[in-house]
Amino acid sequence: MNTIQKEVILDDSRVIMEALAQAGADTYIGYPITPSNAMYLYASIRYKYMLPAPDEISTLQYMSGMAATGHLPVTATSFPGFALMVESINMAYMMELPMIIILTQRLGPATGTATAGAQGDIALLRGMISGGHPIPVVCPATIEDCWDLSAKALQMAVDLRCPVIILSSKERANTNRNFDISKLPPIKPIERKYYQSNEPFIPYKYNDTLVPDFLPVSNNQHQVRLTASTHDQKGIIQHTSDEAMKNTIRLEKKVNQYIDTHNDYNHINNHADTLVVSYGITANAAEEAVLTLNNQGKKIDLLIVKTLLPIASKINDIIHSYKKVVFAEDNINGQYAKIIFGDRLPNHVSFVGAIGKMLSPKEIIEGGKF
Amino acid sequence: METKVLNTNNLPFCKGCGHHGISQNTAKAIENMGLNILDVIFVTDIGCHGIIDKSLNAHTVHGLHGRSVALGAGVSMGLPENKKVIVFIGDGGATIGLQHILEAARLNVNLTVIIHNNFLYGMTGGQLSGLTPKGFNTVITPNGSPFGEHDICELVYTAGANYVSRVIGIGDFSETIQKALETPGFSLIEVMEICPSYGVKFNPKRKLQEIVEAANKPIKTWTNNRAPFSFPERKTVNNLFDKTPVIEKLNVEKNLTKQIQVVLSGSAGEGVQLAATILCKAAVKHGYNITQKGTYPVTVGVGFSVAEINISPNEIYFHGLSNPEYMIITSQDGYEYSKKTIQTLNKDALLFIDQSLPTPDTNAHIITMDFRGKGAKNAVLSALFSFAKKTNIISTETLKSILSEMNMLEKFPLAEIEKELA
Repeated sequence: MNTIQKEVILDDSRVIMEALAQAGADTYIGYPITPSNAMYLYASIRYKYMLPAPDEISTLQYMSGMAATGHLPVTATSFPGFALMVESINMAYMMELPMIIILTQRLGPATGTATAGAQGDIALLRGMISGGHPIPVVCPATIEDCWDLSAKALQMAVDLRCPVIILSSKERANTNRNFDISKLPPIKPIERKYYQSNEPFIPYKYNDTLVPDFLPVSNNQHQVRLTASTHDQKGIIQHTSDEAMKNTIRLEKKVNQYIDTHNDYNHINNHADTLVVSYGITANAAEEAVLTLNNQGKKIDLLIVKTLLPIASKINDIIHSYKKVVFAEDNINGQYAKIIFGDRLPNHVSFVGAIGKMLSPKEIIEGGKF
Repeated sequence: METKVLNTNNLPFCKGCGHHGISQNTAKAIENMGLNILDVIFVTDIGCHGIIDKSLNAHTVHGLHGRSVALGAGVSMGLPENKKVIVFIGDGGATIGLQHILEAARLNVNLTVIIHNNFLYGMTGGQLSGLTPKGFNTVITPNGSPFGEHDICELVYTAGANYVSRVIGIGDFSETIQKALETPGFSLIEVMEICPSYGVKFNPKRKLQEIVEAANKPIKTWTNNRAPFSFPERKTVNNLFDKTPVIEKLNVEKNLTKQIQVVLSGSAGEGVQLAATILCKAAVKHGYNITQKGTYPVTVGVGFSVAEINISPNEIYFHGLSNPEYMIITSQDGYEYSKKTIQTLNKDALLFIDQSLPTPDTNAHIITMDFRGKGAKNAVLSALFSFAKKTNIISTETLKSILSEMNMLEKFPLAEIEKELA
């Protein structure tokens, strides 16, 4: 690792795009929607295959096609584009194609304000796969996170054969800060393992990992079938046969199982009774709030969740072990709190939020009633 | 009986359906070309034709309704030229994904699209599509469709496809499919059929040939000779960090003991964000941590342009705006946008404001100067020199050295500013 200090000014967009490229992502397809346009620009000078798509449905379809041939595609969008992608992400999820979608949140509903930040898309992410299946979502809160989590997200996409979402926000993706990049170790490119046996290839046959072996449609040894419709292990369309239902259930299990062993969080644990839970941009304010409270002699713990969805057992265990839990999120409805605790938050759980502006440490301290 | 392309001769279509003929003619074309079957990838859409997958020995990809041409385009973009990607799609799918078809033609992606045009959505009960000829009866238009239909061949040809052909889906049209497959770039064949379930039911006395003629859809071939798709060539870098200049820190004492916020508020096109970058570089040179973000209206090039900067000797967590210690206002746009913040400034805050602007209602200490007199584009930078001089958080020498590094000194009225500040 380079130990000579290299202080630069950069934004999260640059770090995420570089980390993914070093990890082995070779394709960027997208539409330059605000506030993801910086990523589009960075991709245009970094990625081997870069194509402007006319819209976000085309983006996801081009990406899926590229993924089927063995490439690792990336796109970056925000809600209006993401909404268009939802059906196609379901398709890629069902076909089991690896890819990365960076969702840079901005203020909604609809086109809302393109240049204002928010954390308003978590509820959508939790429910976007028809059937309620989980899709992995990672959420960087620091530049180091952008580096590590992006590389891990791509590995996750490959390991799981699944689209993975990197969740950011205008307030992190487009904010410059100084950083010593010598602290970021080079990322080893992902080694992809393809099916190698001479035995007939059964495209959706799986083992204990619940993830079928992958073969690109470019191979000329075995026939590959990919489908977005309910199917058996051979990839043949079924109505609701036992084998097909087992396959559909497997898609849920494979993600949950993986996330239970591959998850990231930062738990500042002073064995307090009260826990502040946050993620992404709001985690920065929450950390400042908790440090301030601790300096004031109030014992408060902090959990910054980085593998946001599905919720890993360990993360659930931590959150459920506290007598008082305060969620800090840049939305007005406590979306993450409600995913964990349900629509009516229990008495020991509260939520501090903001809209149209960044939630501040002061508001967390006041709203949390510590 | 299994052939090279089809694993059965018992295809999953209704008796009399033209889909049989499309599958068999496509299979014949592939066989005649002597292609390795695993060099062929079929991408199928939603619709009766899409259930052909299970009967094929090639690779098969079965996607969403209307999106298969975009999906097939993606598959093709990821493959070497010797691979053949064939998209099967119905007239309904072609209607939904019309833009995908035109885009694939415009980009001239190596792809052959075969539209199974039986004038209706078969799987959902015989409703009309965008390719249903005017006057054709469907389940919801039993007295004939009142709408006109697209001429998909003309559209695709105009969009730039290299090979386009319309055929009647009866008998042997394998040569047309072979020509399409042999043509580099985008090719499309519109095969005219009549759905034996719904088409015949609602139009019992009409013959396919007559319907096609009445719709004025000539059976013919269109060709272009354009270069097929390839990814655009670009100047690329090996590492995005190579584009971020390393900032050497100065060996100077830090005068700042706590985090401060500086707001630069001016007009778009007047160098606000550039000045913010220069201030941030200077602060980093002086050993501080910074955050910098821009706020502007959704439109580009008009209205306010505001930069919010945090400078701190310690780690910066929250970078949002609370109550800035320093504000620099250089234009009316900036003044209007920041009015509310100006009013809430503390009495210890310093406000640098251009002399052309009204004196604001604030507790802050106001410094009025002629920043715009140095030229609108130099206004914020000029104010930065005043800021440096007054606050000592960064030095004017550092600002100068950064301007010099960025080759900006020549156009900047430095002597005049230094004289004013002396």
